[in-house]
Amino acid sequence: MKGQSKIKKHQKPVAWLLTAGLSLILLAVFLVSPVSAQRKMVQIKGSDTMVNLVQILAEEYMTKYPGTALAVVGGGSGTGIAAIINGTCDLANHSRDWKKSELDLAYEKGVRPRIFAIAVDALSIVVNEKNPIDTLTMAQVGSIFRGEIKNWKVLGGPDGKISLYGRQSNSGTYSFLQEHVLNNKNYSPEVKEMNGNAQIIEAVTQDAAGIGYVGVGYVYDDRGQLRKGIKVLKIKKDENSPEYSPLDKDAVYSAKYAISRPLYQSTNGKPSAAVSQFLQFELSPEGQAIVEREGFFRIGKDLMEQNEKNLR
Amino acid sequence: MRSVKKKGVFGDVREGFIHRLFQASGMLAILILAGILALLLYTSVPAFKEIGFKEFLTSTRWDPTSPEKPEYGFLSMLASTVMITMGAMLLAFPLGVAVASYLSDVASPRVREIVKPIVELLAAIPSVVVGFIGLNLVGPFLARIFNLSNGLNALNGSLLLAIMALPTIISISEDSLNAVPAAYSEASLALGANVWQTLIKIKIPAAASGIMASLMLGMGRAIGETMTVLMATGNARAFPHGFLQSVRTLTANIAIELGEVPFFSTHYYALFALGLVLFLITFFINLSADVILEKQKRKLQ
Repeated sequence: MKGQSKIKKHQKPVAWLLTAGLSLILLAVFLVSPVSAQRKMVQIKGSDTMVNLVQILAEEYMTKYPGTALAVVGGGSGTGIAAIINGTCDLANHSRDWKKSELDLAYEKGVRPRIFAIAVDALSIVVNEKNPIDTLTMAQVGSIFRGEIKNWKVLGGPDGKISLYGRQSNSGTYSFLQEHVLNNKNYSPEVKEMNGNAQIIEAVTQDAAGIGYVGVGYVYDDRGQLRKGIKVLKIKKDENSPEYSPLDKDAVYSAKYAISRPLYQSTNGKPSAAVSQFLQFELSPEGQAIVEREGFFRIGKDLMEQNEKNLR
Repeated sequence: MRSVKKKGVFGDVREGFIHRLFQASGMLAILILAGILALLLYTSVPAFKEIGFKEFLTSTRWDPTSPEKPEYGFLSMLASTVMITMGAMLLAFPLGVAVASYLSDVASPRVREIVKPIVELLAAIPSVVVGFIGLNLVGPFLARIFNLSNGLNALNGSLLLAIMALPTIISISEDSLNAVPAAYSEASLALGANVWQTLIKIKIPAAASGIMASLMLGMGRAIGETMTVLMATGNARAFPHGFLQSVRTLTANIAIELGEVPFFSTHYYALFALGLVLFLITFFINLSADVILEKQKRKLQ
């Protein structure tokens, strides 16, 4: 009995300390939260291809204008568009156009998307550096991902089964490639579906028979150097046209590289002041310089004019 | 002393209150389970109406966003799930029972005190970490051993799930071995049998139903696991033909597609139908584990 009461006495201060500590933490949370609520919060969600680029744009923007807090998350273009429709984000990143079904659903829910092009991506087909193949035609890339060409030998490479890497169906890149390169045919069921661009790069680096597709920003590392272990293929529009690399600026700007696409952001209706200011920063010469520094490409005049109309 | 003092009118009221509280929380668990089942049934019905049972149950092609023709066959994913789980159990069950026997009958108390917490810690590793190990360590290792170009396949998933199911199998098997009355093994040892013979001929048969239950519960754990298989198996949709092929499980498919699916579309309902399938599988596995465990308890009493 005596021993027990002794223990009880010792336990009490500990319990008190715990309770006091917890209440202090709770108090701190309550005190701090109104302060952070005063900052303007902008939620940005969507395309995995764009997440790094937009993250860097957001960071630079926040150091310049500390009044706004931007939160950028990935998840895929489909996820971003779904979030705009469901009203769970302020700005959606997407690397493909809205699908008709998505537009219908948006209008049904009273959502009026406004679409801005903020950069241009040259979709890059990557293989392992040990692969002797340098160039493929669009038709060959389509056949490979449809599963019609199964061996590298057919393309003049070594004898070995082609190991396919791709994105998941919520990815804008997945849809874009399906529409523009696979001619709206099904992907091969053998495609290994990875979680994002970075995982595809990682897998192709390790897999000598691998082939995958990524946004051009992902073929560079943090220091802007071309990543080791992979090779970015040159693409021919068809058998008789010249080959172009997605790393060749002039070829992309003159639209000679066959699989380039705009990268978009969408808002619901007229963008709010905070979102509008961020969009203007992205489209400014300063923002576009960051886009180029990250390996993507500036947007052309036509798209820029369209953007300015949408901002109003 | 204190408890005696507290008894009286207030003590009875308090007892009654606590009794009700516990009863209510027990009921709540059942209500939640029934609620989940009702929700899954309710949201799956439109899927079966729009797709048809025949396609859902017999097609091996799952491609809801296909520009050619959307298809909703769950067979490839069911086969992948079953294959990975069976593979994991083949690896984990013998090992788990061996470890449990060692811990209950062979190891010194000191060793047991060190090893048991470590085994239980194994269960605390987040599944995403296990998946990461699969992606970067087990995968390249398997690729080298089997001379493949990559290691994102069913075997990788099975290996990882085996590791994740081990703590469940070990601790439940060990508990049921310990629950065998001491008189059984004492009698066996007194008749001149050694520890090995006692274990194999007396203790494991006596604890058999508990060990079976540990297998079932480990299996339930493996079937429901999502993140690990999502990261390690490559998620190809093709029907699996072998352990060295990339596969996509039911759980991985739901995780991949639920984030982007337009609400209340056929695809959305179809994913809930997959959820229903998964729920039924795990429910029956856990139910049979419970029945087996209950049987053992009665037998040993």
